[in-house]
Amino acid sequence: MSEERDPAALEAEDDLFVSAMESPEAARLSAEDISPSSNGPKAEPVLLDDDPDDPDDLFAEIDEDEEESRDTFDIQISVSDPEKVGDGMNAYMVYKVLTKTSLSIFSRDEVCVKRRFSDFLGLHSKLASKYMHMGYIVPPAPEKSIVGMTKVKVGKEDLSSVEFVEKRRSALERYLLRTVKHPALLKDPDVLQFLESSELPRAVSTQALSGAGILRMVNKAADAVNKMTIKMNESDAWFEEKQQQFDNLDVQLRKLHASVESLVCHRRELSVNTASFAKSAAMLGNSEDHTALSRALSQLAEVEEKIDQLHQDQACADFYLISELLGDYVRLITAVKGVFDQRMKTWAKCQDAQVMLQRKREAEAKLQHANKPDKLQQAKDEIREWEGKVQQGERDFEQISKNIRREVGRFEKDRVKDFRVVIIKYLESLVHTQQQLIKYWEAFLPEAKAIA
Amino acid sequence: CMQLLVHSVSVDLNNDASLVIDIPDALCERDKVKFTVHTKTTLSSFQKPEYSVQRQHEDFIWLHDTIVETEEYAGLIIPPAPPKPDFEGPREKMHKLGEGESSMTKEEYAKMKQELEAEYLAVFKKTVQVHEVFLQRLSSHPMFRKDRNFQIFLEYDQDLTVRRKNAKEMFGGFFKNMVKSADEVLISGVKEVDEFFEQEKNFLLDYSSKIKDATAKAEKMTRSHKNVADDYNHISGALNNIAADNNTAFKKHLEKCAEVFEKLRKVEDRMASDQELKLTELLRYYTRDIQAAKDLLYRRARALADYENSNKALDKARLKGKDVAQAEENQKQCLQKFDKLSESGKKELTSFKARRVVAFRKNLIEMTELEIKHAKNSVSLLQGSIEVLKSN
Repeated sequence: MSEERDPAALEAEDDLFVSAMESPEAARLSAEDISPSSNGPKAEPVLLDDDPDDPDDLFAEIDEDEEESRDTFDIQISVSDPEKVGDGMNAYMVYKVLTKTSLSIFSRDEVCVKRRFSDFLGLHSKLASKYMHMGYIVPPAPEKSIVGMTKVKVGKEDLSSVEFVEKRRSALERYLLRTVKHPALLKDPDVLQFLESSELPRAVSTQALSGAGILRMVNKAADAVNKMTIKMNESDAWFEEKQQQFDNLDVQLRKLHASVESLVCHRRELSVNTASFAKSAAMLGNSEDHTALSRALSQLAEVEEKIDQLHQDQACADFYLISELLGDYVRLITAVKGVFDQRMKTWAKCQDAQVMLQRKREAEAKLQHANKPDKLQQAKDEIREWEGKVQQGERDFEQISKNIRREVGRFEKDRVKDFRVVIIKYLESLVHTQQQLIKYWEAFLPEAKAIA
Repeated sequence: CMQLLVHSVSVDLNNDASLVIDIPDALCERDKVKFTVHTKTTLSSFQKPEYSVQRQHEDFIWLHDTIVETEEYAGLIIPPAPPKPDFEGPREKMHKLGEGESSMTKEEYAKMKQELEAEYLAVFKKTVQVHEVFLQRLSSHPMFRKDRNFQIFLEYDQDLTVRRKNAKEMFGGFFKNMVKSADEVLISGVKEVDEFFEQEKNFLLDYSSKIKDATAKAEKMTRSHKNVADDYNHISGALNNIAADNNTAFKKHLEKCAEVFEKLRKVEDRMASDQELKLTELLRYYTRDIQAAKDLLYRRARALADYENSNKALDKARLKGKDVAQAEENQKQCLQKFDKLSESGKKELTSFKARRVVAFRKNLIEMTELEIKHAKNSVSLLQGSIEVLKSN
């Protein structure tokens, strides 16, 4: 069941790519073109500062209403039961997304839908286009993988494609959980539709719209800004400090991630080598002609086999608890940096508007002495237009700065919490492994002593 | 370089108080290791009751080779020569450290240096152990302990280098050329009438390949274990880097985590090196010892071949009627030699099995007890840290 690519959609994809660089509004509009029945234009992005309780919240603290809603944050999402649909290169995996919640914005307290990977990418692209330019940190979607997916499509039932699907399933689950943890995104109609509605319009041309694609665009835009040598007069030390912090954190997290990936790799090697030694010890035991020693060597082989399994399980914990989480955070930091860049872009736009206004004023002044009443009127109109744009630009800049402060505060709280929880879980997994080791060796000890 | 004081971790061969040998310390000077060989004896053949001499690896090899080449010992299993001290691993690491110094932070450099020192220490321990065991095998054997060159090795308070060179010229590689490694074809080709030797032959040939394989696999396993320990080290360093940039409460948390990983590394490293010392080294040693036993079978097989040849020569002589007495004498000597080798070979192979069983038992027990001890340390370290981190 192959799906045809809509030629119009393809063109729009190109436009999206180009226009996103020019202005964020264009990106938003093009996203609507791609998803014809999305609620794009009708549903405004959910703004957090519509809180009547504290309109002046310029600081990164979470206001009380949000805190409360976090305490009663009652939503569980699971992504499970990957199922292959179709054959050959047109095949794809479908995942079951189960949402259990008592929140009132959902129509039922338990919903189950089927979604494929491009649906997740589509969701992310919509959210990114709606919220990023306002300074909201939109959690990035899991990465595409041509190699991994091709293996699955071609029907390889081997261990690596099973692992790939599990890795992806877990990543999709983390992605959704992180998305709904964001108070604004939780209430977003696209998110609700994704979780609840049984039919979802197919997100086509997700090439450019993948999480990585969007980020690439944002980064390109940021680079363009930098290349224009807009040295932003950072009047706000907080932003300068935070930018530096995130730059440092980016480098350090990548290093930590690399070390953990190395640990996973070596532990897997250890498991393989332990299994190999176990076999060899068994052979040695068979060859040994002293009965008691022969038996002890066979027992040793059995212990090592069990230890091999322990190493495998621990490597999984290394991977899913820590390594994947760190990978998520590396991508999240990129999204945070993207949001800072959006602010710079907003500032640049505001500056451009001011420059334009100045020009219009100069032009008007010149026309004062010429006798062209029509042109003069036009000039005055243009001045009013650009005054409006300048004011809008300043408002936008203030808004995005405020949003970023709040978002960064939330991000840092979440990050600390995530880390605390994960490190404890991980250390507990290590405890379990060591306790099993003790058990196995204590069982072997009498066997070794029995050699006579 | 380094100096090391070590206690004997080997199979307990120091049973007999009349001749006790140990290597209490060693010095590493420009990649040459100098072992201090310490002897305590009540034997009258020695001039003094106690000796302490400096010996190099090459001196041990000289001693081993002279013993191999002594025909008198043809019916004995000759303790395998200790392998050359192999500092290649740590040397490589030191090279990497030197190259990467400029690109590392102070903490990273200090950590790598720590790792490096631990590796040097491990290699050191191993090489001292294996040289010590070689001497103790000789001292605990009724024939080898009386060997003249063995005594010189223990007593001579000067450098042995000159004597070594002279000895080489004297012997001219007599047995060496014959028995560098057992010729399996010859051994398996022997028409064995003796049930004992038939069994031993089959056992040794099979066991020898199995233990070689087990040694290689154990080495790989230990290597991987050490890699995991190294990764804990790097993770600890990375966590400390992140901690440096954070605000107070979280910073303490991260520093505590970094500390946990640092401690985990130490335990994991100990687990790996104890496993290596007790298991991998045991297997390595017995791979060499099995080879020495095969060499004995080979020498006996040669003696049998010689005897069979002498029989043929005697028949020929009788037919020709020439040199019969000489041929008879030759045949008698070959038979004597073969019988002697068979008799002492049987004793040696029997005690070899006993020795092997004792060594495996001892080392497997010690390894298991150490693994349990380290795992328990891990658990209490981890649980303590979890408590601290939860309470923060």
